[in-house]
Amino acid sequence: MITFDHVTKRFDDGTVGVDDLTLDVPEGEVVVLVGPSGCGKTTTMRMVNRMIQPTGGTLTVDGQDVMTVSPPQLRRRIGYVIQQVGLFPHRTIADNIATVPELVGWDKARTRERVKTLMATVGLPDSVANRYPHQLSGGQRQRVGVARALAVDPPIMLMDEPFGAVDPIVRALLQDEFLRLQSEVRKTIVFVTHDIDEAIRMGDRIAILSQGGKLEQYDDPERLLADPANEFVADFLGAERGLKRLALIPVSEVSAEPGPVVFPDDDRAHAAEVARSYGTDWVVVVDEQRRLRGWVSLHELDGRIADANLRQFALSVESTDSLRAALNAMVTSRTGVAVRLSEGGLYEGIITQELVSKEIR
Amino acid sequence: MIAAAAVVAQVVDFDWIGRHLDDVRNYTLEHLLLTGLAVGIGFVVAFPIALLVQRYPRLYGPVLGLAGVLFTIPSLALFVGIIPFTGIGIATPLTPLVVYTLLILVRNTVEGLRSVPSDVVEAAEAMGYSRRRRLLRVELPLATPVIIAGLRIATVSTIGLVTITVLIGWGGVGRFFLDGFARRFATPLLLGIALSVLLSLVADAGLLALQRLATPWARGRR
Repeated sequence: MITFDHVTKRFDDGTVGVDDLTLDVPEGEVVVLVGPSGCGKTTTMRMVNRMIQPTGGTLTVDGQDVMTVSPPQLRRRIGYVIQQVGLFPHRTIADNIATVPELVGWDKARTRERVKTLMATVGLPDSVANRYPHQLSGGQRQRVGVARALAVDPPIMLMDEPFGAVDPIVRALLQDEFLRLQSEVRKTIVFVTHDIDEAIRMGDRIAILSQGGKLEQYDDPERLLADPANEFVADFLGAERGLKRLALIPVSEVSAEPGPVVFPDDDRAHAAEVARSYGTDWVVVVDEQRRLRGWVSLHELDGRIADANLRQFALSVESTDSLRAALNAMVTSRTGVAVRLSEGGLYEGIITQELVSKEIR
Repeated sequence: MIAAAAVVAQVVDFDWIGRHLDDVRNYTLEHLLLTGLAVGIGFVVAFPIALLVQRYPRLYGPVLGLAGVLFTIPSLALFVGIIPFTGIGIATPLTPLVVYTLLILVRNTVEGLRSVPSDVVEAAEAMGYSRRRRLLRVELPLATPVIIAGLRIATVSTIGLVTITVLIGWGGVGRFFLDGFARRFATPLLLGIALSVLLSLVADAGLLALQRLATPWARGRR
């Protein structure tokens, strides 16, 4: 647990980096500091391990005022990952990861064992252990950076744009792996980024800072998107706020409608009746086991459904998908709805735009 | 090439060289002694100054400025001008030689330390290195190539300068020059030049090998 209590950082030249910040980082949660450049997010993060000294207020880590702990002692308990990674170019990957264990005096066997475990944890092949950093790809180096920060299993991690220097595909991969890892290790994490989408994706809570380190809003992602505290926050969240919120809400949050469903044995008259009751000119076709067969337009239907030329839904969603995925399925289908299937592929119903927009209104 | 070799064969009296192998050995040893002492003492003096400059960057300008001024004093004037203070002992050739290495060694050591990427220094700090340990374990190893580059320049230029100390009674292989000039005899002149060049090449290669050995991580990098 990290507590900022009226923490201020005034630099020697008089500029205020962080202004009277009060904020709690709860144990085991990822708190993302986000804001435009110059908002003091990195300064805020770096005060936690005293890379920057606060000039006012009290900053405590696990109840201990950081100013009462010697910086090296404090820092060895706090993992640190930065965008440029900062691997030691003159040391092998294994030696890089072993940095803090060596500093705190672990014996060789324990360190070696730990390095091995960590490399597996972050998805590095054993073969890179004796290579030097410059022989690795950007993504691999970033993994080494994370492994090095985790080496002595510190309860707290500071991460400054950790995935900022890799290409978008690798970034998405590393973000996913980070979330998976975090769900296992449950570290208390201060995560800095300028990318609101990354913040929404990674954060249990998000602190939005404005110029000069002023805290504009501190909330979980969903509340932040649903109810921005002021214009600055709304602007920063961007015009697609509604879409971003949809990305956070699982399909299971809305109850799907049964939809205009017919069976292969039904005839056109029945289909027309079902369609009319739903106000559509098409019907969904499922078999007796409720497996989805496709859909068919009334205009293309003559006799029995079974003889009709069925169209397929290109996309479908499951309960764990996001409403954003459902919306995507809607806009790419001529029916204008998303079909929801069970995990086993059985038809569960349809999701309409009304259902979705009702959820976020 | 063949023509040059023919000229050398005509001009150089190999019998004379054969009769002066003792001189070759003694002068070379003197040359190595002066060079080694000058660069060694220069490094011992320059190193703490460089660390100080690294710690207090404000000193960079004044220190480099002072070293630069010393460097511009004509070597001949310095060698001769210092005799009243140092007598005719080894301090007389050594003091100016050391002074000339200082600019090169201070600057290269400082630049070496500065060349350590800031993200690496930041990471080391954030991992919990004390200042002292960070210097020893991170900054100095990474500064090694630039520091050794400075030693190479200082060594090669000192080997050249040592020949001038012949004017104050020392000179290493430069002693052959005096004999050559006095008698308008080409063989010792050419021998002195050849030995001086050879010493420079060997010393440079040796230091380069040392650098390779000391920086295994940089192998195959370029």
